[in-house]
Amino acid sequence: MGQKITIEPVTRVEGHGKVTIHLDNEGNVTQTRLHIVEFRGFERFVQGRPYWEAPVLVQRLCGICPVSHHLAAAKALDVIVGAGTGDGLTPTGEKMRRLMHYGQIFQSHSLHFFHLASPDLLFGIDADPVKRNVIALALENKDLAVQGVMMRKFGQEIIAATAGKKIHGTGAIPGGINKHLSSFDKKHFLNGEAPLNIKTMVDWSLAALEFFHDYHEKNKAVIDEFIEIPSSYLSLIRKDGALDLYHGVLRAKDQNGNIILHDVDYQDYLKYIDEEVKNWSYMKFPYLKELGKEAGWYTVGPLARLNNADFIDTPLAQKEFENFKSYNNGKPSHKAMHTHWARLIEILHSAEKMEQLLEDPDLTEGPLTVKGKKESEGVGVIEAPRGTLFHHYKVNDHDQIEMCNLIVSTTNNNQPMNEAVNQVAVKMMTGKEEISEAMMNAVEVAIRAYDPCLSCATHALGQMPLEISLFKKEKMIDKKRNR
Amino acid sequence: MHNSSPRILVYGYGNPGRQDDALGVLLAEEINKWAQEENLPNIDIDQNYQLNIEDADKIAQYDIVVFADASMNDVNSYEMDKVVPDAKVDFSMHSVTPSFVVGLCNRIFAGKPLVYQLQIKGYKWEFMEKVTEGARKNLNSAVSYIKNFLLKNINYPH
Repeated sequence: MGQKITIEPVTRVEGHGKVTIHLDNEGNVTQTRLHIVEFRGFERFVQGRPYWEAPVLVQRLCGICPVSHHLAAAKALDVIVGAGTGDGLTPTGEKMRRLMHYGQIFQSHSLHFFHLASPDLLFGIDADPVKRNVIALALENKDLAVQGVMMRKFGQEIIAATAGKKIHGTGAIPGGINKHLSSFDKKHFLNGEAPLNIKTMVDWSLAALEFFHDYHEKNKAVIDEFIEIPSSYLSLIRKDGALDLYHGVLRAKDQNGNIILHDVDYQDYLKYIDEEVKNWSYMKFPYLKELGKEAGWYTVGPLARLNNADFIDTPLAQKEFENFKSYNNGKPSHKAMHTHWARLIEILHSAEKMEQLLEDPDLTEGPLTVKGKKESEGVGVIEAPRGTLFHHYKVNDHDQIEMCNLIVSTTNNNQPMNEAVNQVAVKMMTGKEEISEAMMNAVEVAIRAYDPCLSCATHALGQMPLEISLFKKEKMIDKKRNR
Repeated sequence: MHNSSPRILVYGYGNPGRQDDALGVLLAEEINKWAQEENLPNIDIDQNYQLNIEDADKIAQYDIVVFADASMNDVNSYEMDKVVPDAKVDFSMHSVTPSFVVGLCNRIFAGKPLVYQLQIKGYKWEFMEKVTEGARKNLNSAVSYIKNFLLKNINYPH
């Protein structure tokens, strides 16, 4: 009988995850598994509800990325109201949604980089967690900490201005959007008092990349050698090959960069993607049907999107994209810490996109919605901050939802996260008798590179913090550690 | 010390689509309605799904802040405590604690608001918009308490 280490990151009302690492008597890692409870009840919950309620209802699913669910549901319902499969909206409808989406990407990625990644980088992966946070960052580099807070705030303000309110936004509706951007908001975002204006946001996005490059130059081992997870990559891509976070076709590349899913219409996603159930996990394992269950798993998210894209259609982000591609010799990067690099490039791209959109007169005038021949089924796919998000609905003759299927980003990244945790375990636990702070931190860093959403909705007080237990012969030999 | 009434923020957070998780948001709504009816000065209301780092900037602009949230903890119908700054964070950090927000506010925005955490006891957390009967009672008690708390504070220079 060997040892068993258990790491329980979070236990909320229903969403939680834990890591189990099995060691043999010689201390070799024999098996590592990441368990995340995925709440599936929501799909049943929406059955019987009028379809037009879905874009608001789905925000109950997740208080972390409600905008992504809001927009993915609205895109699926565009099909049902006959507004086309993503390119049939009015210019105002599509551009307002895009502004909302870029605001979401910008704030979410900024939060991730400044609040999670930069303290890890500045203080080291093995530093005390009390130090690896943005408050400690503020002591070391106050400007960077302030930038992180204000970039997040700017993105949140964009969302509030386009979605209508912070909680259960109503901006996106089947067939379009429910309002224009106000002239006041437009002026505020373009020329508001610094730092909350778009030009400052672009400048700070560039500064964040400079910070990363400076760190990378001095710490190549951390960024390039922490862990590498070769895999296939799935994402939306614009029809001409450009990075597109809001709409496009589905593309997958293999680990060598060969296209294995050739820019297909996501309305047909079930032809190409299936989900495997494993008896030890509550969360399914999606895979590309053509490659099968064993070889068909893939990674989604910022790194996947940049690995799949041919180019970026904003100049500053394109320049960084070229650096990124050149550094990786034109091949996909499998380095987990390069996800932070990719995330920063997407922050810059989102800032540039928001700047373009805020100058666009279509945001403040023009028809808001479009409708056509009603359909009974629709699929909406969007690139959420954490990766590709699928919403699929069928409605009956009474306009009620009779089927809902969701594949969320964290589910898409299930296998890669398992692979990442296993690599860390092999690297840091082999031959060890005790869980070190460095090992626990490394597991955190590995999982967090994928920015999984472990919680999904509620945030009541009284949740359990991070815990680790070490077992040998079914007996705990190291105490639980709470954070 | 200001000579005018203190600037007060009541900030309710939680997911109103998840049954009793709505308690903080509902309290904020009720206090907002009451403050408008009574024409009370300097009381602002905010709501969100959860707290996050940008709230550090927001609370820096107030003298008194009340964070209201649903609670699974072993409290009676409600409980209010002063928030002590802390750097402790959760694993995913998709949300942060009131203590963390106050710590960040002190550190980078030089704000020194007096901050309280109001916990309102909840019981169920399903996909429903209606809170449970027990939670509703707790909410009513908490609303009465906060009204008295605010009346007491707005009448005194801070």
